[in-house]
Amino acid sequence: MIDERPLPKPDHDSEQYWAAARRHELVLQQCEACAKFRFYPRSVCPNCLSDRFQWKHASGRGSVYSFTIIHRPPLPAFRNRVPYVLALIELEEGVRMMTNIVECHPADVYIGMSVEVTFEDVTEDITLPQFKPLTQGGRS
Amino acid sequence: MNGPFKRNVVIAGVAESDLGHDIGLTILQHQALAARRALDDAGLSKHDVNAVMAVDFLGLPSLQIAEYLGIQPQFTDTTVTGGAAFENLVEHATLAIHAGLCDVVLITYGSTLHSDRRRVIERGGIDPRMPPTQFETPYGDLSPISAYALAAMRHMHEFGTTSEQLAHVAVSTRQWAMMNPQALMRLPITIDDVLASPMVCSPLHRLDCCVMTDGGGAIVLTSAERAGDLRRAPVYVIGSGFYSTHHTISQMQNLTTTGAVVSGRRAFQIAGVTPDDIDVVQIYDSFTISVILAVEDLGFCQKGEGGAFVENGRLGPDGDLPTNTSGGGLSYTHPGALGLFLIIEAVRQLRGECGARQVPGAQLALVHGIGGWLSSHATLILAR
Repeated sequence: MIDERPLPKPDHDSEQYWAAARRHELVLQQCEACAKFRFYPRSVCPNCLSDRFQWKHASGRGSVYSFTIIHRPPLPAFRNRVPYVLALIELEEGVRMMTNIVECHPADVYIGMSVEVTFEDVTEDITLPQFKPLTQGGRS
Repeated sequence: MNGPFKRNVVIAGVAESDLGHDIGLTILQHQALAARRALDDAGLSKHDVNAVMAVDFLGLPSLQIAEYLGIQPQFTDTTVTGGAAFENLVEHATLAIHAGLCDVVLITYGSTLHSDRRRVIERGGIDPRMPPTQFETPYGDLSPISAYALAAMRHMHEFGTTSEQLAHVAVSTRQWAMMNPQALMRLPITIDDVLASPMVCSPLHRLDCCVMTDGGGAIVLTSAERAGDLRRAPVYVIGSGFYSTHHTISQMQNLTTTGAVVSGRRAFQIAGVTPDDIDVVQIYDSFTISVILAVEDLGFCQKGEGGAFVENGRLGPDGDLPTNTSGGGLSYTHPGALGLFLIIEAVRQLRGECGARQVPGAQLALVHGIGGWLSSHATLILAR
């Protein structure tokens, strides 16, 4: 089903990230000079400015650094979703990303909660990485 | 005595346009009205102005307002750092005047945020390839409220800050607004009213969030020498500091410690004063959590103690740290960027013009601007 929510427009920095998400894979850039992971994708390392990097598969696991339950939709496209959880996730690789926590009741989300990636196919081109409570020993 | 911050540059005039809902003025009309009033307040004419500074999110704002007013500036600045931009512009104006690049700087702002609110909230026109629009907007962030809500939730988690403590900020600020005829919201509120107002982004309720208005403002700066024979008592710019830690909220390393730590330390250092010396405080209160973070990071209390610090009306009319005496963004006005209005109120307090809400004998004011998603922080210290 087509969702009219605002969607990312992949650019030269991010096209591999979004292509991987389409394959239900979460990938991160890792700097070849200083070994730091980074998010969001960009052409230079924000730690050392090296332009050498590799795309690496992320573990897909992390924990909730902070979250908010959104009660007022920012756009009409989110009207049928409220209330929903907007969260910052700290991935095991040490980077932080914004996402939604899905597959659980918003009231059950807490800071420090262990989560794992899941994927929401929004259109034929765009899949959004989402996170859900970590199931014992599981990963997507 | 030399150096830009050694009582060499002053704010000589301040004014608002007409503030509120459905004022019916354009952005340029707001700026022109405020500019005329601020120049009149200073006892200067437009022919004295040779530098114009303005901020907008589109176009060439300083050139546009200069043309509209018939001014051909020899110096201009349009720093775009969100709501903190006006504190930045005062710093830049201070340096430019001291360096002799210009004599009289006019800083203006105008906005029709309330009339245009739908467009603003939808963030229309933002390039869909930019990082926030690629990696945040698709998840339904309610910018900027959701960013401040994420910080508030983390602050509660780390320090035990409560919704009641956040509400104390709104209640104290409203008590000031009740004494300001220019304030939009002037009915008394209680902690329970704040907690009972609709949740927007947990833990932030509607009354934890600023009002949305139309409005404009202007200030005039000049050298202390020039200010000698002007209409009003001069207000000196004696310290400033700026620091930015990120742009996009997901890139903020520590959601409970802001750039105010650095901007505040620099401003105090340059001014040669400490938080204990400050008589009146104006902090960018787009949200109640902004004030709690700022009182901690500026050194008015220890990190993590901001919640307890703002309890029991400490920031209000009977408190020992009079804060946001105009009613702030929470109750007085918030036409998209609040920074200029914080400066206007600080100047009026230092001149002793605030009537019922006047802080007796105010000598030193701190103004703290915050821009973006807790992204930019700019602190000014002003003295009478």
